Amino acid sequence: MIEVKGLKKTFDTLNGPLEVLKGIDAEIKDGEKVAIIGPSGSGKSTFLRCLNLLEEPTAGTIIFDGQDITAKGVDIDAVRSQMGMVFQHFNLFPHLSVRENITLAPVMLKKMTQQQADEKAHELLKRVGLEEKIDSYPKQLSGGQQQRIAIVRSLAMNPKMMLFDEPTSALDPEMIGEVLDVMKEVADEGMTMAVVTHEMAFAREVADRVFFIAEGNILEQGRPEDIFDHPKNERLQEFLSKIL
Amino acid sequence: MGYNLAEHLYDDFIEKDRYMYIISGLGNTVLITIFALIIGVLLGVITAMIRVMYKQGSKGPVMAVLNVIAGIYLTIIRGTPTVVQLLISYFIILQNVDNGVIIAIIAFGVNSGAYVSEVFRSGIQSVDIGQTEAGRSLGLSRSQTMRKIILPQAIRNVAPAIFNEFITLLKETSVAGYVGIQDLTKGGDIIRSITLDPYPPLLLVAAIYLVMVVGMTQILHVFEQRIARKEAR
Repeated sequence: MIEVKGLKKTFDTLNGPLEVLKGIDAEIKDGEKVAIIGPSGSGKSTFLRCLNLLEEPTAGTIIFDGQDITAKGVDIDAVRSQMGMVFQHFNLFPHLSVRENITLAPVMLKKMTQQQADEKAHELLKRVGLEEKIDSYPKQLSGGQQQRIAIVRSLAMNPKMMLFDEPTSALDPEMIGEVLDVMKEVADEGMTMAVVTHEMAFAREVADRVFFIAEGNILEQGRPEDIFDHPKNERLQEFLSKIL
Repeated sequence: MGYNLAEHLYDDFIEKDRYMYIISGLGNTVLITIFALIIGVLLGVITAMIRVMYKQGSKGPVMAVLNVIAGIYLTIIRGTPTVVQLLISYFIILQNVDNGVIIAIIAFGVNSGAYVSEVFRSGIQSVDIGQTEAGRSLGLSRSQTMRKIILPQAIRNVAPAIFNEFITLLKETSVAGYVGIQDLTKGGDIIRSITLDPYPPLLLVAAIYLVMVVGMTQILHVFEQRIARKEAR
């Protein structure tokens, strides 16, 4: 589904250039669920955000669904409409109702009529148990509800792949479960997913593979059992000892 | 020799219906202010959008040219006195226009736009960047994201500042008399120059401005409180 070769990303900071990603090669197959873990500031969010070009790579190639999306002249909006992204801080549009949040993009990008979009919104909200909130506004909802709606908003575009950037990190503990449940459902339906997360239990349960990113590289990757129970890389062992 | 107030009031306002200078002057002032604000807001929004979108990376020759035009507009208008702009509008650019009120509307509108642009620019940039990221991630273009997501929020944020611009314009338009346009201030001054009595006409004009400004400031205050209460819910 998505292949990354030699991905580098350098930021210009006040203290000079900062190389966050130092040449990453990676692959995520169709239907695969990849969990991305690592210490803060390691580049895991930057890596994820490069996949839909929210961050522009300094070097390297990204091939999504057979297309080189880092090439010149690529219609980046069209590419992004096939990838869904869920943010740590939800980023729902506060001036729009839940319904409008969900139907705005599909209708504006002519993927469906308003009526089709409304039906889809109803259907998706029903599946996450929030159908009665369809005409509410984001500020009337809890964090967990907002995040579930943010996931629905991305799903309404029928993406080929979903990116999750620490989706539960800003939630009160009692709401984390309801969001993870929705993510599990999305996973069970076959969605290709890349999830930056600190929820190790979730990673263990849902991920097919885990990437450990630290110091700008994927230092180790493998199945959850291998990564969590038999870590080989020293940095990974150190990381796991601190959090598990 | 005392100052006979009643006599002067009659002479200033009743004699030959001189109060009409005040009334129609007030009408012109309000007219000029409202329409100049409309023009100012339109110009301000468009200019701000061009500047912000160019800075955020919108490319292409059209965008570059628009950005240069916007930059020139802002520099010239903010770099020259309003009165000078009014004189140039009246005697040069719009010299063939008969109606002074229309000239004033255009001149003050163009002037206001340059300052309102800054208000909108900062309003747009104060919208959380996560909003832009969410919009772009869904596949919306830069302009779609700006129009449907950022701008509506920016407008809500700067509404009080725009109301303030209205109040500012109300007072600023008082120099329209410099080129003979008969607004409220000029009306009072005309009466003074006829009757040679400065007290009632000029003080009345000041009082009218004062009442309007204080009244509108109160309305703004009430609005801001209502919004604050809504947000706190």
